[in-house]
Amino acid sequence: MITLSTKPLTERVEAVGGLVDMAAYENAGGYEAARQAITKSEPEAVQGLVKDADLRGRGGAGFPTGVKWGFVPKGDAAGPGHKYLVCNADEMEPGTFKDRYLMEMDPHLLIEGMLIAAFAIGADKAYIFLRGEYHESFKRLSSALADATEKGYVGRNVFGSDFSVDLVIHRSGGRYICGEETALLNALEGKRGQPRTKPPFPPASGAWGRPTIVNNVETLCNVPGILSNGVDWFRDLGIGNDSGTKLYGVSGRVNRPGLWELPIGTTIREIIEEHAGGMQEGYKLRGILPGGASTDFLTVEHLDLPMDYGSIQAAGSRMGTGTMILMDDSVCPVAISINLQHFFAQESCGFCTPCREGLPWLEQLLIDIEEGRGQPGDLELLDGNAAFIGAPGNTFCLHATGAMEPLLSALRYFREDFEAHIESGGCPYRERGH
Amino acid sequence: MSEVSQLIEALSVEEVDAIEAEITHLPDRESAAIEAMRIVQEKRGWISDESLRAIARLLGMPTEALDSIATFYNLIFRKPVGRHVLMLCDSVSCYVMGCDKVRTAVCDQLGVEMGETTPDGRFTLLPIVCLGACDRAPVMIIDEELITHLSADSIPDILSGFD
Repeated sequence: MITLSTKPLTERVEAVGGLVDMAAYENAGGYEAARQAITKSEPEAVQGLVKDADLRGRGGAGFPTGVKWGFVPKGDAAGPGHKYLVCNADEMEPGTFKDRYLMEMDPHLLIEGMLIAAFAIGADKAYIFLRGEYHESFKRLSSALADATEKGYVGRNVFGSDFSVDLVIHRSGGRYICGEETALLNALEGKRGQPRTKPPFPPASGAWGRPTIVNNVETLCNVPGILSNGVDWFRDLGIGNDSGTKLYGVSGRVNRPGLWELPIGTTIREIIEEHAGGMQEGYKLRGILPGGASTDFLTVEHLDLPMDYGSIQAAGSRMGTGTMILMDDSVCPVAISINLQHFFAQESCGFCTPCREGLPWLEQLLIDIEEGRGQPGDLELLDGNAAFIGAPGNTFCLHATGAMEPLLSALRYFREDFEAHIESGGCPYRERGH
Repeated sequence: MSEVSQLIEALSVEEVDAIEAEITHLPDRESAAIEAMRIVQEKRGWISDESLRAIARLLGMPTEALDSIATFYNLIFRKPVGRHVLMLCDSVSCYVMGCDKVRTAVCDQLGVEMGETTPDGRFTLLPIVCLGACDRAPVMIIDEELITHLSADSIPDILSGFD
């Protein structure tokens, strides 16, 4: 009996000990899943497998991938013209470093995942929307793409079939909002990266007004394994309700910051204590941003939660990208909130007023509190305005909503720190020399 | 002088060819706006008014529309930059790991603030959002090189490697 992989995303990288090139990828059975699907299967059958496997989007939102693919109109309903597949490789959520790893270490895995996805939705054009600062990813993806094109795996008549797909890498001009899929599509079209009104959603009207699927890098990298090893294998990889593995990461004052592919549903405690080696000596854990800057803080009371979509949501946060940032006891909760709000204020696209004007206003109020100019009533002002700006529907897209998640939760969990700043007229952490 | 030769004069033949190659992947010329500016900036360092006009003409779009796109993006520079662009990450993981001290060390060493260029034109300093290397924080990028595990003490040695 063949033992199936428990680490479909990283096993080749670990076996090779570095970049997996075309030869290494094919030796490990690479491109067989795409070859079988494209030459022997049907798009609907491939969609069905991914849907049954319950692969959920790994970019943060967790939408079921197969269901999303099913929204693309088929046949005459699609009208004349292209259909597009876009890989969202604009990794820019602070604290997130997982897609870079996949693109730099196993670029053919992403290309194969995109081939299968393009076949499944009938796309004849595919783009990788790549973070502009990811120079090494660009070099390695470009080289892998050239190798795959040379072999006839990308381009006209893929694997000798009648399926053809163009694959192009677009390097972003750089803005966080371009991670939002409709802003990404505007940016891909060469415009300012401002979000679009939804509906219509991209599967109906996306890039250049045509049916478009946007999937995250890690999501697409899961597709070849599902086709090779089957739906049951994928579902059994997860520990709880979710299917598959997840690239989990930890940054902050731990002994071994890094990235690990683990069963989805592994507990936060196991990730931090076993894989990241626990906190560095002299530092205590206080806050956890579980999946990037736009997710609510959790605290030590949440350590035994499984890192899956449902459990983290039930605790009032989001698994997001699954790469967590740890706040230790040397970090001032007000100061880290300034850092987070500075990021969101700067990266607001400026289109709608509550986000454009509200985020800098909140940042300034936090600066006042940090620098000793806080007044009684400031925390209530923060609570009220953060709740208003953060409520979905009060802003055009979810940028400000994401911005308010770490602020509202910091105000809840670390309130005594905020109060101490106002009462003592300064930052107790600075006075302690941090 | 014809319009076309004026265009070629503002942009090099190589730049025009590279932009035209990008356009072949896209349904219309305007969609290449960001790629076109990246191509021109690659060699020249920034997008001057003259470059902007030439690119807009090449793509068949108003210069003002192209400028509104240029100024939207963090990586398109509408002012001259130094020989090296140093972008220091100031997002949350690097903040937790002490990027403030690294920034102070960089600014002290070069005698300019973030957003400025050294008088000798050697470095432009810019803050940048998360560079996706948080397990190796604090990090920065100089030109195309990612430099990790920064500390205030390591800055003089690192900077001395860039003329």
